[in-house]
Amino acid sequence: MGDTPPTDLRKTPLFDRHVALGGRMVDFAGYALPVQYAGIVAEHRHTREAASLFDVSHMGQLVFSGPDHATTVGWLEKVVPADLASLAPGEMRYTVLLNDKGGIEDDLIVTRPAEGYAEDGVMFAVVNGARKAHDLRYLQRVFEGELRAEMRPDLALIALQGPKAAGVLADLTDATDDLGFMQSAPATLGGIETYLSRSGYTGEDGFEISLENADAVALFDLLIAHPAVEPAGLGARDSLRLEAGLCLYGHDMTEETDPVSASLLFSMGRERRKTGGFAGFEAIGKALSEGPATRRVGIRFQGRQPVREGAELLDESGQTVGHVTSGGFAPTLEAPIAMGYVRADLASPGQAISAAVRGKIIPGQVVRTPFVPNTYVRKTSK
Amino acid sequence: MTLRYSQDHEYVRLEGAVGTIGISRYAQEQLGDVVFVELPQVGASVTRGDEVAVVESVKAASEIYAPVSGTIVEVNDKLADEPGLINTDPVAAGWIFKIEVADTGEFESLMDEAAYADHTA
Repeated sequence: MGDTPPTDLRKTPLFDRHVALGGRMVDFAGYALPVQYAGIVAEHRHTREAASLFDVSHMGQLVFSGPDHATTVGWLEKVVPADLASLAPGEMRYTVLLNDKGGIEDDLIVTRPAEGYAEDGVMFAVVNGARKAHDLRYLQRVFEGELRAEMRPDLALIALQGPKAAGVLADLTDATDDLGFMQSAPATLGGIETYLSRSGYTGEDGFEISLENADAVALFDLLIAHPAVEPAGLGARDSLRLEAGLCLYGHDMTEETDPVSASLLFSMGRERRKTGGFAGFEAIGKALSEGPATRRVGIRFQGRQPVREGAELLDESGQTVGHVTSGGFAPTLEAPIAMGYVRADLASPGQAISAAVRGKIIPGQVVRTPFVPNTYVRKTSK
Repeated sequence: MTLRYSQDHEYVRLEGAVGTIGISRYAQEQLGDVVFVELPQVGASVTRGDEVAVVESVKAASEIYAPVSGTIVEVNDKLADEPGLINTDPVAAGWIFKIEVADTGEFESLMDEAAYADHTA
């Protein structure tokens, strides 16, 4: 019933803070990280109503350096289907890392550094903690020594998420004034140099703050001292991202799933979907033109019983038509929600889909995601 | 009223031949926010160690085992609408089911408060 105490795990620079705040530490991607402090539901609600601080330093921060933007993007676009060429300085884009079969090796956010922050030809990426070593090896093979790719284990990453996040940062910097969703800029916060992105994994407005490991505790202390800010753990991070309809790598997509089946069309550039020129385009182009066999959908269930990962999904006649890849109880909706894959002809909103849990049939229906509307603050690039 | 505890963190409060069963304060802390409880059928006869209920938190589903053998005589229907009673008041309002105990010797063999405190230390 209890969690196994983590042993031999890597620690982020904020480990001592998590323990001091009563965080219940678990193994996540090989790191000791808090699953919760006060409780998952309380932290979830606080994020939706105020602002929460998450330590996401386990994530991989990568830097690519080439001679100019076009060359760097040329290499990256061999294995990611997004249109990176058109990124203006400071802009960020969500995309996927593809293999030759069109399967997803990881999902990531690629950033073109803000004007003057780095030389032309430098790009940043944030990848999943559990995949970072794999991704770096894969990319280095793809780049054939022509584009430099390095991991930045010297950097920490702190996410401040929620409707009050912008106000909290506005007390410390004016750098957020012009920053919209998926835009980034350097900012000095209480004397600490950081690189700020208006992005996150909760569906709320919020920021991810990259900074030197050595400064992480000081910034954490500065932000947590604000009366609107509470710490939040991995449990709330998971329930928040599920309500936001955001995928979790290794669950909602894997090396075997392509971005069309995964309902991640937006991870691919509009033109590039037609012209290709990236790994796996043969399979992906086919899925685009003929339609995929299965599709990722959101499902909302009746009653209160959670439907979790692995549960079978059934059509109205009781036939198995798919399975759940992420699921749980949504604190905001006070209802069970899930994401899963179903036969593509059953993927339209309104379609009745039930789940089998411990021999019981739980009725539900396909719904649009996000389950809870997101509150991103969009601004046009300058 | 004395409580006895199983290795699996269920408690039993015995009144006459009827045992009231729920999960311990320690167990609810470990589980976190309870969002759903699957209750057993009244009238079912159960053997010690049988899986008889499921308590689900945001985080995970946790099986509840019968700490003593007997017949289920009552379930806490309030948990359908207020599963959080298991968090706020696990040993009183958050009880889960009642068993008419077949053999009170089974109750006596469970851990007392002191032994359970050691078990969870």
